[in-house]
Amino acid sequence: MIEKKNISTQDTVLHIKDLHKSFGDNHVLNGFNMQLYQGENLVIMGKSGSGKSVMIKCLVGLMEADSGSISVMGNDITKLDQEALDILRADIGFLFQGSALYDSMTVRENLEFPLRRHTKKFGEAIDTHALVIEALENVGLADAIDLMPSELSGGMKRRIALARTLILQPKIILYDEPTSGLDPITAKEIIILMQDIQKKYNTSSLIITHDVDCARVIADRMILLIDGTNYAVGTFNELSNQEDPKIKAFFKH
Amino acid sequence: MGELSYFTSRFLKEAFKRPFEFKELLKQCYNMGNRSLLLVGITGFIIGLVLTLQTRPTLTEFGAVSWMPSMVGISIVREIGPIITALVCAGRIGSGIGAELGSMRVTEQIDAMEVSGTNPFKYLVVTRVLAVTLMLPLLVILGDAIALFGSYLVEHVKGNVSFMLFFNQVFDSLEFGDIVPATVKSFFFGLAIGIVGCFKGYYCKKGTAGVGKAANSAVVFTSLLLFVIDFIAVFVTDIFYDL
Repeated sequence: MIEKKNISTQDTVLHIKDLHKSFGDNHVLNGFNMQLYQGENLVIMGKSGSGKSVMIKCLVGLMEADSGSISVMGNDITKLDQEALDILRADIGFLFQGSALYDSMTVRENLEFPLRRHTKKFGEAIDTHALVIEALENVGLADAIDLMPSELSGGMKRRIALARTLILQPKIILYDEPTSGLDPITAKEIIILMQDIQKKYNTSSLIITHDVDCARVIADRMILLIDGTNYAVGTFNELSNQEDPKIKAFFKH
Repeated sequence: MGELSYFTSRFLKEAFKRPFEFKELLKQCYNMGNRSLLLVGITGFIIGLVLTLQTRPTLTEFGAVSWMPSMVGISIVREIGPIITALVCAGRIGSGIGAELGSMRVTEQIDAMEVSGTNPFKYLVVTRVLAVTLMLPLLVILGDAIALFGSYLVEHVKGNVSFMLFFNQVFDSLEFGDIVPATVKSFFFGLAIGIVGCFKGYYCKKGTAGVGKAANSAVVFTSLLLFVIDFIAVFVTDIFYDL
């Protein structure tokens, strides 16, 4: 049973307008638009190579868009200087597809790393250990604190990466293929964890995936990214009942 | 070359900007210095032995075997020590940096660092380049000392030369003009190893195959660059000698 949430369309935390990005003659994004509201789980689905990851990287300033505007909590990130962008990034969590844990550091050091630059967010008397423990307890892996990433399974790595994302208590979490490469049971555990976190911290989540089961469970709203544009927007039920062959192709099993 | 020049100028700009990553710098100095000791030591020792063994018959033929400590001292301190140590470190440290940063790039660890608000160029590149630039001259001094000791062992066994006599002759023959250019050039060797290794790794592409390529090209390109720097250093030193 999908729980319906009251999402106010007045509180836009993320707004992308007419985003274009090309690599040579390959036009990946052709005027992509989207809005993410406070407390919403927005799923973006698209085929491999459709520009999902490019879009999400433009969103955090890892890639520069050719044109268009990206507003995160009222700040146009294309116009921010590096220092302002770094401060804003403390409010944006990013879960990478391959977890991207620093493999030369322990789990504890991985979690402490984002705190180095953002101590101001927590005041002077920051208790790093307490924050690390809290983040690890959120993902159920407090015992793994002194392990190295090479000692963790794929699912554990994804959980630790999520804990690292949570440690700065972001307002928006971006998930890049959160269930890819995981077995169905572990994938389900990650989806439940994402839901729990959303409820606990009232974060807004942008989830990039091609996992229909993940989208069914977690999406408040979905965007289908086809040919670099937002081809269709709606709830899971609205889109899965469409007759358009391009849309139907996503929901076939 | 344009990209490499830009990368070098960015390093020079970032190296003097706050915040400084002292902890990471010390860690890298330890990794690069301490873990290269054995390799540099063994290489230096063998070079000292071989150089003395191969030169001895010729010097004996000309009745100039007493010049052996001076000849070995000057050739090791001026040229062989720095270049051999730098080449060994290009293989050990340069390829290591290329592979490490390359694998961090393809597994999105560098992106994760940037997203977390840390400047990855400062944290990864500046610390590594500074560490190898600072450590290489020390490794060269160590390599020179061990090479001279190897040479002394041969002289002691073959010519019954005492430790004091050998090293007195070595230091008598060395001048300020031999030691300073060799040390200065070692800094530039270190800088080249660090910059090229970091450049190849930082801009690594094409997945795991790219990591291997980054490590390999870091060694090949650095080795070539070391000889170019060596030539320039000798050329400049020669101008100063003529003045």
